[in-house]
Amino acid sequence: MYSETTIVTPEASQQPLLEGQLVINVGPQHPATHGVLHLVITLEGETIIKIEPHLGYIHRSIEKMSESLTYRQFIYVTSRMDYLSAHINNLACAMCVEKGMQLEVPERAQVIRIIMSELTRIASHELWIGAMAMDLGAFTPFFYTFRERETINDIMEQTCGARLTMNYMVPGGVMYDLHPEFVARVKSFVAQFKSKVSELEDLVTDNIIFRNRTVGVGVLSKEDAISYGCTGPVARASGVDGDIRKRFPYSGYEKLEFEQCIDTAGDSFARYIVRIREMYQSIHIIEQLIDAIPEGDFQAKTKAVIKLPKGEFYTRVETARGELGVYIVSEGATTPYRIKYRSPGFSNLSALNHMAKGSKIGDLMATMGTLDLVIPDIDR
Amino acid sequence: MFSFQQIAQQTHAWLQQHTGSFTVLVECAIVAVFAITLFAVLGLVLVLLERKVAAHIQIRVGPNRVGPAGLLQTVADTLKLLMKEGLVPNLADKFLFNLAPFIVMMVAMLLLAPVAFARGIQIWDINIGVLYISAISSISVIGILMAGWSSNNKYAMLGAMRSGAQIVSYELSAGFSVLCIVVLSGSLRISDIIAAQENGWWIFKGHIPVLISFVIFIIAVTAETNRAPFDLAEAESELTAGFHTEYSGMRFALFFLAEYINIFIVCAIGATLFFGGWMPLHIAHWEGFNHVMDYIPSSVWFMGKTFALILLIMWFRWTFPRLRVDQLLTLEWKYLLPIGLFNLLLVAIIAIMGWHF
Repeated sequence: MYSETTIVTPEASQQPLLEGQLVINVGPQHPATHGVLHLVITLEGETIIKIEPHLGYIHRSIEKMSESLTYRQFIYVTSRMDYLSAHINNLACAMCVEKGMQLEVPERAQVIRIIMSELTRIASHELWIGAMAMDLGAFTPFFYTFRERETINDIMEQTCGARLTMNYMVPGGVMYDLHPEFVARVKSFVAQFKSKVSELEDLVTDNIIFRNRTVGVGVLSKEDAISYGCTGPVARASGVDGDIRKRFPYSGYEKLEFEQCIDTAGDSFARYIVRIREMYQSIHIIEQLIDAIPEGDFQAKTKAVIKLPKGEFYTRVETARGELGVYIVSEGATTPYRIKYRSPGFSNLSALNHMAKGSKIGDLMATMGTLDLVIPDIDR
Repeated sequence: MFSFQQIAQQTHAWLQQHTGSFTVLVECAIVAVFAITLFAVLGLVLVLLERKVAAHIQIRVGPNRVGPAGLLQTVADTLKLLMKEGLVPNLADKFLFNLAPFIVMMVAMLLLAPVAFARGIQIWDINIGVLYISAISSISVIGILMAGWSSNNKYAMLGAMRSGAQIVSYELSAGFSVLCIVVLSGSLRISDIIAAQENGWWIFKGHIPVLISFVIFIIAVTAETNRAPFDLAEAESELTAGFHTEYSGMRFALFFLAEYINIFIVCAIGATLFFGGWMPLHIAHWEGFNHVMDYIPSSVWFMGKTFALILLIMWFRWTFPRLRVDQLLTLEWKYLLPIGLFNLLLVAIIAIMGWHF
């Protein structure tokens, strides 16, 4: 009665299952995938033989849509790509347009942009820790990390008017000036973060079961990380020093003192530790800037209708997940001719099969969790 | 002192006078009603307790809408589950699918029999009480395997297989730690084990080996009841809901209730073996102190100890991540089982030499 259910995929029909193998679908609706990722996993007992990610469930054709939106409008759509680093996505697009316009961004706007980006990075990493702990079966860290994330969201809401899809960065600067309470609230958040982060370390970092589940699991070597095009914390945990903020500084990161967090182990625990250290570095960056926000304009004067000269423009930023590249081809019109995004999640996901093959299905959750996949970023 | 035994004897005499040869049947019916009521109440209380404990650990409030301070939340949940449609998958083995939750439930109910709730309140003081508990509790794995197999679902199948490996393995460790107490008490009968702790609980009297066996017992029963960090059978991030993925409505509720009743029972057994069950805290030769302790009702002692252990197991669940399946089996076969065996030897030496207090 226990009939082999055949999955209707071209791959499955090409390769018949061997004796004792089993195909299970993780997703598109599954508690571990944080979205509509669909993994077709071939198992032998509990051991993973092959993983095939199936994409496209949340494809909204953002790149095509952008071709009919003006240079001011298309930025708003990118908040919906990697919704956990909406600010940084917007920043990448705004910077690309500014590059085309050869526009100088006022000092004040640059500083605001960096503070917002780093707050976003902390919020994203906080959410990720909670979600990954949940993948490993611990529910409590989720609520601890959300306490901090909520504080950041409140700060964002006050200044930007939104909590998730902020749409705050515009070509030439930021949309509004900072809320009068912004500085005080960010300072109180920094104090809160420093006092509460130790709880998280007690609960997660030093937990023996957590260490057993992550140390040596899902190892990605430096060579593989480079050849799969991994970026962000995933690559840095494997020893690749590819932090865009250091390698190709933008928006004034070159003036700041911060450390590129690199580990060499390349396992899930290294990816965890890298993100924890990155949060400390983000706090460090915010501390350097929060007392020294320069006075002046928050937005450069731009024309109502932006036209980019004919040509190709590319900018890259470091989002919470890795390198986001924006590539605009302009024909000189008010709308882009073609837009292409290089999203970090897509490349990081491609390494999953390599990392998880041969391990147990429980390890897959630890590996996939530490890749920090945001599915709308992969599908766009 | 007030004794339940007197009431029981008087009831028995009265029943014999009025019902004659049907006395035993009537008594069985009374006990059955008592057991089912206890079952329902315990289930509701424990589910609410778990949610409140979880909320407290997770800086939340927890259920607070239905009834005063959310006390009726689980009643509302039960009503909801009762009214839900119980779906049976199309290709499932319908007979086994429907039977499985009842087997799990039945095992939980049977396990209530030898538990001594208070002085003189025990459904069945069987002379092989501890053996009975070990034997019956291993039947529940059949129910889980049945559920996993008959669902015709791969997640359920994987969950059931994990659960089978896990329960069968950890039963050994639980058995060895229980045997330590049996060796010290010299009896398998629950009432004898409690009586042996008249002048102090085994956890205090039995030196370090009993402490070790208690730790092993708690780990093993947490695994046996499929609780986090050993909840691989229903690891939701890997297997959605494990062996009960396809269950809905009241059949699901039966699995859910049985899980909580099992927690209660293993904690009650732990409290009985290591903390003297309903026996108040007695210290040998401190007559005055012992007398004062006797004034606290024995049922309060029993419930207090049991719920303290339940809270401990709940604390585990909301603190630890889940183990991986091979780590789970490594822990049992490479660490707990050898330690348990050696520990049993130590306890036997202590018992033979009479070194315990």
